[in-house]
Amino acid sequence: MPKNGSPAQDATTFLNARLVDPATGKDEPGGLLVKDGVIADLGSHLRRNAPERSKVVDCKGHVLCPGLIDMQVFTGEPGLEHRETLKTASHAAAAGGVTSIVVMPDTEPVIDQVALVDFIQRRARDNAIVNVHVMAAMTRGLRGTEMTEIGLLKRAGAVAFSNGKSSVANARVMRNVLLYGKDHATLIVHHTEDPHLTEGSVMNAGEVATRLGLPGVHKAAETIVLERDLRLVEITGGRYHAATLSCAESLAVVRAAKAKGLPVTCGVSINHLTLNENDIGSYRTFLRLKPPLRGEEDRTAMVRGLAAGDIDVVVSSHDPQDADVKRHPFAEAADGAIGLETLLAAGLRLYHNGEIGLVALLRALTTNPARLLGLPSGRLDRGAPADLILVDLGQPWVVDKALLRARSKNSPFDESRMQGRVLATMVAGHTVYQYAQPDGA
Amino acid sequence: MTNPVTKVSFVRRHLLTCENLSAGEINALLDLADKAAENNRQINKKRDVLRGRTLINLFFEASTRTQSSFELAGKRLGADVMNMNVSTSSVQKGETLIDTAMTLNAMRPDILVVRHHAAGAVELLAQKVDCSVINAGDGAHQHPTQALLDVLTIRRAKGRVAGLTVAICGDILHSRVARSNINVLNTMGARVRIVAPSTLLPPAAERLGAEVFTCMNAGLEGADIVMMLRLQRERMQGSYVPSTREYFHFFGLDHEKLARAKPDALIMHPGPMNRGVEIASTIADHSRSVIRDQVEMGVAVRMAVLEAMARQLPNH
Repeated sequence: MPKNGSPAQDATTFLNARLVDPATGKDEPGGLLVKDGVIADLGSHLRRNAPERSKVVDCKGHVLCPGLIDMQVFTGEPGLEHRETLKTASHAAAAGGVTSIVVMPDTEPVIDQVALVDFIQRRARDNAIVNVHVMAAMTRGLRGTEMTEIGLLKRAGAVAFSNGKSSVANARVMRNVLLYGKDHATLIVHHTEDPHLTEGSVMNAGEVATRLGLPGVHKAAETIVLERDLRLVEITGGRYHAATLSCAESLAVVRAAKAKGLPVTCGVSINHLTLNENDIGSYRTFLRLKPPLRGEEDRTAMVRGLAAGDIDVVVSSHDPQDADVKRHPFAEAADGAIGLETLLAAGLRLYHNGEIGLVALLRALTTNPARLLGLPSGRLDRGAPADLILVDLGQPWVVDKALLRARSKNSPFDESRMQGRVLATMVAGHTVYQYAQPDGA
Repeated sequence: MTNPVTKVSFVRRHLLTCENLSAGEINALLDLADKAAENNRQINKKRDVLRGRTLINLFFEASTRTQSSFELAGKRLGADVMNMNVSTSSVQKGETLIDTAMTLNAMRPDILVVRHHAAGAVELLAQKVDCSVINAGDGAHQHPTQALLDVLTIRRAKGRVAGLTVAICGDILHSRVARSNINVLNTMGARVRIVAPSTLLPPAAERLGAEVFTCMNAGLEGADIVMMLRLQRERMQGSYVPSTREYFHFFGLDHEKLARAKPDALIMHPGPMNRGVEIASTIADHSRSVIRDQVEMGVAVRMAVLEAMARQLPNH
């Protein structure tokens, strides 16, 4: 279905919904009218009665909320299409309730030129069923030495800039990127892991790594880069987003920077909210991640930080890796796990456990990334794009990697029990995913 | 004195910086330069103000126009001019700056014109020699005769300097031309703006007496003078600026950006220009471009400075 084609001509009314708007914090029964691809009206007056000549969907009291916006999605297009294409990633996203994905520049070639931003946008327009935005490289080839054409890339449509999976080791380059980026009002997203400290390590340093006989990296490798970056933010005034924090110390540093009024935000991956290093168990390579999974006390610190609003964004960090790079001894396998399709369900674990409220969780998955990236979506409001999901919070299911839509199957949640299922996903008013009850269920 | 009409109030042994030049001194030099410009348009350009004097051009950094400009200025005033070629000099053999200065000093020159890649080097040298020293550019610090020739060009074209809005655009961070011009233009009562990407702005730039802009269109709005600076090639490969393409897009002077300035705004450039990097080729050759006038005024201003300094030399 063409998401950028003509918007749905017919009006559709979603009756009998539980409207959850993370932007305003409202969580109340009501209905919502979609017309010409945007939210035309919403409120309790639409709970039972649809306007004439509109199609009607009975939500049966389920949650109707903005579609998720995932700020960190790796694909294999261009260059490694056997792992994932924009098309397969978009289908996984739709099934997971993600209506906008931001694709990372770590491709072959790296997205560091205007023509490549253009390429992604055209491929997405023709093949993807959800919105695709481009995170462009901030240094050429992600080498961390020369900055890219940040101004021209932004004009071409790049929503933010990052150095992908690697940190810029050179503080001078990082300073110049922040300084130059500020002139173009860009968001600089940085993966914070000191490349020299991290070299050769495959997981978090500690008891588990020692028992497994694997080389670990101390979590300070993350905090060191983060602290340096925040000093640079202080002298440049550049807008900075720490891509994925993984430990309590990093969170404390960001919290202090925010208290100083610096233009700083941070994110966390769903994996670091729901898993810890013990889950690696007997060398499960799908749990080999970047940053590595930490101890349980760090995981709970991340969850508390999210609930408190200190962590702004949750990402899937969807990173498809094929068997050719995963079916290896742990120390020789590639980093990364897929997560688009399980993002919301895994997040709802925290909600069902009582660790975070529904609105706070959804805010980090919708409104906050929209605000950081300057997107009009991520809220239930008249005139906002009708990027919506209908969610049954209670429905139990078991993750079966064979049924996942991503082209690579490296899910850390395979065979996990989940509670909460996306029933339907709409992008600009078009239904791009609808849950079908499996036969015999 | 052969020319009692000109009351020169420039009484200095050296010209090292623009920071402490008064408006009176600057005007005196510009008046002298106006006369020199007139003189330079005659068939017989030779005068004898510096007859018997020795001027040494000591350039530690390559230069075409400044060096030839000083050479011509010296010769037209009757001095013996020697150009020190650094590539064949003892500097290449490891001699220190001070030793070079002492050696040259022993040859009893009257005026040393010095360019050096290190800020402060010319002042250091001036402390060690007995003759007059003119700074022809020291690092990113000062280039006084460039600022004087710029302000002369402006004064001749506009009839005044005070009250004009001058936008200096480009690599301010590394520019001695910008620093000298900010000083002189402020002293002369102009409103100075500096326009550059943040990576090419020096810290505390606003404290120098200039309004800072990172957007070219805003910086050029209503300007009387658009002064472009050269961007060195090694600085546009991703370190300070992503690429020449991006730099030209946002900071290159083209017709669209020029349209923000006043309709009679003048276009200036200290040279050498990178056409298509900081300035569109058609703009460089625009009818309002005074870039070639700047070169002509360069000789005149240097003659004025040499003449004024000659009067301070011993035994005059």
